[in-house]
Amino acid sequence: MNSHKQITASTGCFSLFALVLACVLGTPVVAQVTAERILNAASEPQNWLTYSGGYASQRYSRLDQITRANVKDLELAWILPNQVFGAWQSTPLVVDGIMYVTQRPNDVLALDALTGRVFWQYSHQVSTDARVCCGANNRGLAILGESLFMGTLDGRLIALDARSGTSLWNIAVADPALGYSLTLAPLVVKDMVLVGVGGGEYGIRGFIAAFDAATGEERWRFNTIPGPGEPGHETWENEGWVNGGGSVWVTPSYDSGLNLTYWGIGNPGPDWNPDQRPGDNLYTESVVALDADTGALQWHYQFTPNDGYDYDSVQVPVLADISWRGTPTKAMLWANRNGNFYVLDRTNGRFLQGTPFVKVSWMSGFDANGRPIQTPPAPGEALWPGNQGGTNWYSPSFSPRTGLMYVSAWEGYASTPVKEEVTYVPGRNFGGGSNSPVVPVPGAPGPRIGRTTPINNWTDAVGNGATIALDPDTGERTWTFRHYDVTDSGILTTASDLLFTGGREGYFYALDATTGEELWKASLGGQIVNGPITYAIDGVQHVSIISGNSLVTFRLRNL
Amino acid sequence: MLPLTRIMSFALLICATDCALAQVFTSDHPGQYTQEEIAAGSRVYSAQCQICHGRNGDQVSGIDLRRGLFRQTRADEDLARIISTGTAAGMPPIALSPADLTGIIAFMRAAFDGTASIQVGDAARGKVLFEGKGECSSCHRVGTTGPITAPPLNDIGMARAPAALERSIREPDSAMMPINRPVRIGMHDGTIINGRRLNEDTATVQIIDDSERLRSIAKRNIRTLEVSTVSTMPAYANRLTDTEIADLVGYLLTLRTR
Repeated sequence: MNSHKQITASTGCFSLFALVLACVLGTPVVAQVTAERILNAASEPQNWLTYSGGYASQRYSRLDQITRANVKDLELAWILPNQVFGAWQSTPLVVDGIMYVTQRPNDVLALDALTGRVFWQYSHQVSTDARVCCGANNRGLAILGESLFMGTLDGRLIALDARSGTSLWNIAVADPALGYSLTLAPLVVKDMVLVGVGGGEYGIRGFIAAFDAATGEERWRFNTIPGPGEPGHETWENEGWVNGGGSVWVTPSYDSGLNLTYWGIGNPGPDWNPDQRPGDNLYTESVVALDADTGALQWHYQFTPNDGYDYDSVQVPVLADISWRGTPTKAMLWANRNGNFYVLDRTNGRFLQGTPFVKVSWMSGFDANGRPIQTPPAPGEALWPGNQGGTNWYSPSFSPRTGLMYVSAWEGYASTPVKEEVTYVPGRNFGGGSNSPVVPVPGAPGPRIGRTTPINNWTDAVGNGATIALDPDTGERTWTFRHYDVTDSGILTTASDLLFTGGREGYFYALDATTGEELWKASLGGQIVNGPITYAIDGVQHVSIISGNSLVTFRLRNL
Repeated sequence: MLPLTRIMSFALLICATDCALAQVFTSDHPGQYTQEEIAAGSRVYSAQCQICHGRNGDQVSGIDLRRGLFRQTRADEDLARIISTGTAAGMPPIALSPADLTGIIAFMRAAFDGTASIQVGDAARGKVLFEGKGECSSCHRVGTTGPITAPPLNDIGMARAPAALERSIREPDSAMMPINRPVRIGMHDGTIINGRRLNEDTATVQIIDDSERLRSIAKRNIRTLEVSTVSTMPAYANRLTDTEIADLVGYLLTLRTR
């Protein structure tokens, strides 16, 4: 179907409706967020009801008050500083004028989305057993009814009363002493809260589980590393499956028509030594489609079989009903950490297309079934893309208006992998090697997981960031907006063809989604490592982003 | 395969800690650790520490292991204790054999140069060379006087490993950090600005120009931005003897003032 024209035609009416609704609901009152409302999140763009803005995870909003013409008139509405050091990766939710956001390690704040003033704060005391590879990160919340849901660094899932911030239930999902953690924003589907576990650097055996939103009782569980008797177990040719990894640390997507949830699965363990775990190592580095009611596997596609590069396939699955090369297609769009942009048929997992969006050296192409033909680097040889990937967990966006997929990419970035034999010790790192970024002179710094200094002493000699637009029909880039430093920012697009994104340098940009032209920017200073959101209160569109330790919100002046 | 000593009970861990502490040197001079100790420490570091602290030792906020920057000044014994017992901030205890513990501290003190194989000469003779025959002080500042167009060297003994210092002296082009590259900027109004890069982002570049002025320049005003990989420093490989270079390295390692 030509979704472009249909949605464009409805945009005008829709915005009016949305703004009227926003006027009615604009004052901060907590309303019931029903499963039906979440299902139809796109039709109430004054709110931001799930991590990715809706089950299709397009991070596309129908709000269009801020336009390419007036975006230069954005002004600061408010700033919420936090008192916690470290990367702030959380995407806020906005429900009828109230914003809910997590901050590290496991705090929840409820605030007035109009003024940034805080109603309440909840702090979970994280067990000293908790161990996480890459910082005390939390990426956000889910909401259902009047309950908020947060996963914790010490492997727990907590339900809070959205009105008071008091605990409703608090359950252990997995053992933190073994390296399990929950860093993703949960997803509510029907009356269940869905989560997966992190810990891929600690030799966990990953899983996905659904819990009763009212009680915390477990409804179903799917092992991302199949055990004996489970399909896929044969892809582990030795006992490596026991500590096989398969972490899940980014929020899934959901197609209610197919009743399928879609999950990106992380790296196998040990990360960098595939020799210790011969076989394809399902379902690591795969997307799995699970029945929403039972957790039963419907299909899978593996991006990087027997991965030796830590190319976590944890990207948010973007669901789009598009005309793909002239055929109406229920597509899944996926720019993977391994450097390829994939188009899959999300009804059955069929591989439609894979195209490198950055330099790729670990494979030379695909066979007829979409399996990569691997060309591993020789010892000491550079790997493209480098360990942090062509992209990573940073939320992409898809605009039904432009038909383009937008991705935060790392270009010109390689690393040299080293594999080493490693013995599993419970709770200890199970990396099995390392990766060193390729740098121009010995000892020069490379791009790191986060930015901790205002001086960029690694420079673009070791890689640069780019906001890129990818065409699902061809797999090719339509445009590139180059950043000097790399970028871990999420992306938001709107019905006025604006694209909002940031980067490690602390610039917050509005680009033209059709051309990539820079229309506006604010120099916020701190690294931007979350995804921007938009919402409306009393008919006024707002845009929020986190930069460094500050949650910053903009709106048009003189409205 | 990890040595068995790392797979140990709590009781053994305590023993290993005490035993190791008694054997670790107290100096912070990298010359007092052997090449073998440094190389062994490099292996331990990549297996045990790199996942959190990163390849360059600067992934944890406020800490730069390679450059010797800690949240508090710490002697070698303090480092050994922290490695063995962990910290309240979240670092887990790591049980290491005495040799591995010594090695990892040696590796940190050697600024992460696990392949270092260099001569460290006489610092006093090196200082004379620095200020005299080598003409280093005609471009590099040490202390409070001297030009600043080239990078000041007040703390270069902490910032660079001996091998890196030697490489910089012999062949500066092969060791110049990308951020320090010379820039030549042509402005839209025809002005040419030469200087050394201090920082850069998508929209701006910060430099110190050849008149020692700090300048931040918007890229929209720049017509051409040339970043050179050729250092303005001459190569000393054929200008100084090996002994003289070793003496210079010895002097530079004493420059540890912040």
